[in-house]
Amino acid sequence: MSTTTTTTTLPPEFQDNLESIRIMGFWVFLTTDLVLFGSLFAVYVVFRSRVGLGPTPHQLFSMGPVLTETLILLTSSFTCSLSLYSARKNRVKGAISWLVVTLALGMSFVLLEIREFTTDVLNGHTWHQSAFLSGFFTLVGTHGSHVTVGIGWAIMLAIQLGMKGLTLTTRRKLYAFALYWHFLDIVWIFLFTVVYLSGIA
Amino acid sequence: MDIKLWTLHLLKVLFPPQVLLPDIVAIDIGLTVATIVIGAYLTKTRKWGWLWHEWLTTVDHKKIGIMYLIAALIMLFRGGVDALMIRSQLIAPNAHFMGAQQYDEVFTTHGTVMIFFMAMPMIFALFNATIPLMIGARDVAFPRLNAISFWLFAFGAILLNISFSIGGSPSAGWMSYPPYSELLYNPGVGENYFLLSLQIAGIGTIATGINFLVTILRMRAPGMSLSKMPIFVWASLITSSLVLFAFPPLTVALGLTMLDRVFGASFFTLGHQGMPMMYVNLFWIFGHPEVYILVMPAFGVFSEVVPTFSRKALFGYEAMVGSLLAISFLSYGTWVHHFFEMGAGPTVNVFFGLSTMLIAIPTGVKMFNWIFTMWGGRIRLTVPMLWQLAFIPTFVVGGATGIMLAAVPGDYQYHNSYFLIAHFHNVILGGTVFGVLSGMYYWWPKMFGWNLNQRQGTWAFALFVGGFWLTFMPQYFLGFEGMTRRMATYPAGLGWTALNVWSTVGAFVMGAGFVVMVYNILWSRMHPDWDTTGDPWDGRTLEWSLPSPAPEYNFARIPVVRSRDEWWSMKQEGRTDEVKTSEATVRPIHMPRNTPMPIMLAAAFFVGAIGLIFGWFWMAILGGVGVVAALAYGSFADYSEIEIDAKKVLKTEAQLGRVES
Repeated sequence: MSTTTTTTTLPPEFQDNLESIRIMGFWVFLTTDLVLFGSLFAVYVVFRSRVGLGPTPHQLFSMGPVLTETLILLTSSFTCSLSLYSARKNRVKGAISWLVVTLALGMSFVLLEIREFTTDVLNGHTWHQSAFLSGFFTLVGTHGSHVTVGIGWAIMLAIQLGMKGLTLTTRRKLYAFALYWHFLDIVWIFLFTVVYLSGIA
Repeated sequence: MDIKLWTLHLLKVLFPPQVLLPDIVAIDIGLTVATIVIGAYLTKTRKWGWLWHEWLTTVDHKKIGIMYLIAALIMLFRGGVDALMIRSQLIAPNAHFMGAQQYDEVFTTHGTVMIFFMAMPMIFALFNATIPLMIGARDVAFPRLNAISFWLFAFGAILLNISFSIGGSPSAGWMSYPPYSELLYNPGVGENYFLLSLQIAGIGTIATGINFLVTILRMRAPGMSLSKMPIFVWASLITSSLVLFAFPPLTVALGLTMLDRVFGASFFTLGHQGMPMMYVNLFWIFGHPEVYILVMPAFGVFSEVVPTFSRKALFGYEAMVGSLLAISFLSYGTWVHHFFEMGAGPTVNVFFGLSTMLIAIPTGVKMFNWIFTMWGGRIRLTVPMLWQLAFIPTFVVGGATGIMLAAVPGDYQYHNSYFLIAHFHNVILGGTVFGVLSGMYYWWPKMFGWNLNQRQGTWAFALFVGGFWLTFMPQYFLGFEGMTRRMATYPAGLGWTALNVWSTVGAFVMGAGFVVMVYNILWSRMHPDWDTTGDPWDGRTLEWSLPSPAPEYNFARIPVVRSRDEWWSMKQEGRTDEVKTSEATVRPIHMPRNTPMPIMLAAAFFVGAIGLIFGWFWMAILGGVGVVAALAYGSFADYSEIEIDAKKVLKTEAQLGRVES
């Protein structure tokens, strides 16, 4: 398949037919992930009040660390866009550097989340204790593991950008990664609202 | 000493008493012998390399389709044997051909295998074999992902099938409702097998859904607008979109049950305020769209078969598309009809009852469209057409009993009785299985290059359909007389015996039909009726414009589509030379390269799943590392395409007589 250049304003990864098909495939994948998170949200909302002998959301959550996590993740979305912006301006070093910043922020997000979970477990609040805790750990943990996967992806992507530079393929991969990362950010905003804000309030 | 104890413990885990029944041991021995014989044959004929390069690492959609088909037929055999075991047990009152535990395992495996490992791959076999050919594409949008889907399905199927000889089979039914599926009531590894095998196959299914959705939306030949697509392509498009929204809830339902069982969470347990009904809801939010995922491709097949064998364009194309869309939309609003007894109250139940009944309207529209297509046509009673003709009354009966089940007060009476069993076999067999078998006979020459013997095919058809009616009609009456599903045995004197005898006889007649079908395939392989024209049925859509089987690259020259039944128009208007290529027009073709990554990835999933099933976390981690390694290998490896140069294309086309002088 050859490139079908219609307008020069489109970024290179969209001008190539095959790469633009792959981007569409990734969008479709994100819809399935959206349904997955939707199901987990439904489970959480149903289980929220089923606390058994365990703590209620109000007793469990504290705003401080969660707010920090939120700020870190929102910032990482911004740096992720900067990486894509650099790629669009054909600055491969900028793209890699901002990608590294993004994954560093992602890692600190995950570490904070792990610390929150460990604290809960050390206080005896394992997910065995109640349906609410099961739903909470699974919903937040699924998001966290998505972020972890994203970090692994970003590392490999940074290496590939270093090795191959800005080819059509690496541009497309960076774009797909950015989609994924922003998607996780949006999921987190819902998580923050549905789980933490409405739990603390 | 330690090692000795450890080995003993391992043996006890791998081979609990339930897998040491004499029949299972006999099957184990038979399978081992068969494996050794096949291995020896491959070694002796030096075919390992061929197997690896031509099949195991292929990304060609046509070969993947064939592998899906073979796997599905093997699974049909496995599920069919389970069915015959169930019917043998029920032929007489107080029969103890199997113990209750084994009976539970057998019906669980029967349902799981038939739905997930027979019907789904059979559908994907048809998708793979035909969709790119029908839309004028050289492959699917993501060929490597397609291979990944297949291998995930294959390893998932292997996982479920080894459960009966290693560790123990699942026994909680194909829906596997908690709390019975929870660790407290269902210890052992059987249920873990169920969860992990479906999870792995389910990931593959989601990938297939993504793949075909994007393929159909983005890879069509120039000129083929959405309204010029064959209905089978429409059905596949809608099926794929259903997969995308239906399978993630299943992933969640299975995943949470696994967290309960393996990692001690409290989702669906009775203690700690878990809620088993949440599983049931999640399962059927998947499960109801799933039955349309199963039946829509069959509708698609019939919409191709009927026009071809009536020599008429399909009646009501727009109504067909509209009704497919309506069914797919409505299918998300019906899941509660599987458990009206939950106690959601009359308002909720009436809503779901009505939405279920509404589905009968678009389905009825389709029925009339097929009949009107036949009306006044020149009908040829080939095997694919016979399956279609059998489908109409069968599916109508199944649909009508479905309406009876959707009536809420009535459902309280026949819920989970044999009436229900008869109903869903009526629609799933009469719809999906008749449909995929019709499609198999229809596209067989396109897939393999030789046709199946029609006379033997007719015998297989007659036995199967006759056996089908004999099996399931008595079950409606058994349901009315109070026999509930999943009874391992029943006492005498309830008036059930005669009906059960008829049902069992019917099941064995169906089994004979399957045997004839296999004979049909093997005989036709040995006495091939070569399809030299590429168009044995005088077909209407683009796949028949290609030689059988199609060359690796499908189309040397991508067609420009002008009408709905493009190949038919070409033939009518004398434009068939449009599919030929010439020295002036031939171009090099880029095709994806074979890769071992898909099978490696699926094998890593398999290892990880075994680790989770037996609670050997080191092995689960090992599998996880393998998955990451395979993905990294796939990402870094330069899988640039191979180029088939123009000369080679021209040579291949010339051999097929498809070069313009």
